[in-house]
Amino acid sequence: MKPTRLRSDGPRIGAGAVSNPYTLRPMSDAPLLETRLHGVHVAAGARMVPFGGWSMPVQYASILEEAERVRSRTGLFDLGHMGRIDVTGPDAVPFLDGLVTSFVAKIPEGAIRYGLVCDEKGGPLDDLLLYKTNANHVFVVANASNKASVLAWLEEHTGSSDVRITDRSDELAMLALQGPNSQAALQPLVEDLDLSEVGYYKFRFATVAGIPDVRVSRTGYTGEDGFEIYFPDEESERVWDAVLEAGAPEGIAPIGLGARDTLRLEAGMPLYGHEIDREHNPIEAGLDFGVSFKEEKGDWIGRDALAAIKENPSRRLIGITTDGKRVPRQGYALFHGDDEVGAICSGAVSPTLGTNIGTAYLPVELAQAGRTVHMDIRGKRQECVVCDIPFYSRKAK
Amino acid sequence: MRPDDRRYLDTHEWAKLDGDLVIVGITDFAVEELSNGNEGDLVYCDLPDVGRDIDQGETFGEIESVKAVSDLNAPVAGEIVEINNEIDEHLEVLSEDPWKKGWLIKIKPADKSLDHLMDAEAYEKHIAH
Repeated sequence: MKPTRLRSDGPRIGAGAVSNPYTLRPMSDAPLLETRLHGVHVAAGARMVPFGGWSMPVQYASILEEAERVRSRTGLFDLGHMGRIDVTGPDAVPFLDGLVTSFVAKIPEGAIRYGLVCDEKGGPLDDLLLYKTNANHVFVVANASNKASVLAWLEEHTGSSDVRITDRSDELAMLALQGPNSQAALQPLVEDLDLSEVGYYKFRFATVAGIPDVRVSRTGYTGEDGFEIYFPDEESERVWDAVLEAGAPEGIAPIGLGARDTLRLEAGMPLYGHEIDREHNPIEAGLDFGVSFKEEKGDWIGRDALAAIKENPSRRLIGITTDGKRVPRQGYALFHGDDEVGAICSGAVSPTLGTNIGTAYLPVELAQAGRTVHMDIRGKRQECVVCDIPFYSRKAK
Repeated sequence: MRPDDRRYLDTHEWAKLDGDLVIVGITDFAVEELSNGNEGDLVYCDLPDVGRDIDQGETFGEIESVKAVSDLNAPVAGEIVEINNEIDEHLEVLSEDPWKKGWLIKIKPADKSLDHLMDAEAYEKHIAH
């Protein structure tokens, strides 16, 4: 048994594997990157963990209480680790239409779509948000851990396209307010825009905390109403404090990546490295809404492979709930009788549902709500019931 | 300073000689690391069956918090003769009293010596860095 010195990446009471999204990638010797708000998080008592090469706050208080706050009031997230990329030039839109799954030419100006960048086999390099500023400019948000590979992939495929790719991650801060009170919390800081005019998956530019031209979008990764804002990084601390102050009457508090993971899982949103990766395609993940096979879009990398999978899928991403005490964790095997039929992608204690939840791929014939499967935890079996995802939808309230 | 009437593993279990038996638990530091000060974040503790023989260093159970699962490791070889049945329903005793009421298992050891484990002073140094 090798001695385990406690590190900031979660508890290691024993020598066994600790399974959570924040230890997804093996630790390298490379120093972790820090957002400009790192010191603010530490001073607020956050537990910092490695995530996608960054040192990020996993929680400030109880993960469950933080999740509940976002569902009932509002919470503030530092997302400075995310990759943000400008794709500009006369060919920006057709260039992206050849590389991403969504139909970029059809995105209205001022709107946002979800899409993925896939390889020829339809295996995602990453999933993205695509902000169409205008015909010459698409602003792309990528996952922290995949930013480098997305940038390289885009550069590699420019060919003769008149397009420029610019990594803007370092110069821009990114904060999210998530929860039903988010609009009320943010509005006092926004002088020249009525936030109620910003529709779901739409964005505008506004003056926020005195900073002009801040990109404000009605987007998020929690299943709640909320906003994501992008502004010059050097203003990070000032805006962070201003949002916490302005949102205090609405019950705002900083929220860590632990609750963010619980919330996105409840809302059925995939996390790269869990529900999707090079071996897990968007069709079987149920992300069809982000994949366009329209002829007008033209050909794109991965199209043929994904069209074939759509015709004949072998597995499907489903949810499981379990009344047992054990929490589903990535990698736990699922059994149907004596047959191993799948494995857990993500799992969490769900404060919203009051039960433990998870996602998994199952063969299509088993991927039906109401079916029973068993989760194996070192030889002990725990019953799980298959359900559709999302587990939670605010519209269903 | 942690209690000096027992010895410690670098993986944050403690072992205390009690007559012919060795009582095993986890330290307050381990509980804090798992729960981050929120006892509700501890969700489950899996303890072994009484009568099982284990080796020194072998995993005898798991403790689970909202965010992670961690192994529980045996400080000595021997037979597990008793488990704390209260833990299953009352995980909060681990937060309230990890040193006494929060014990996990009792082992009838093959060898009563705990000299291979850290004393309280060494454990303090271990968690300080």
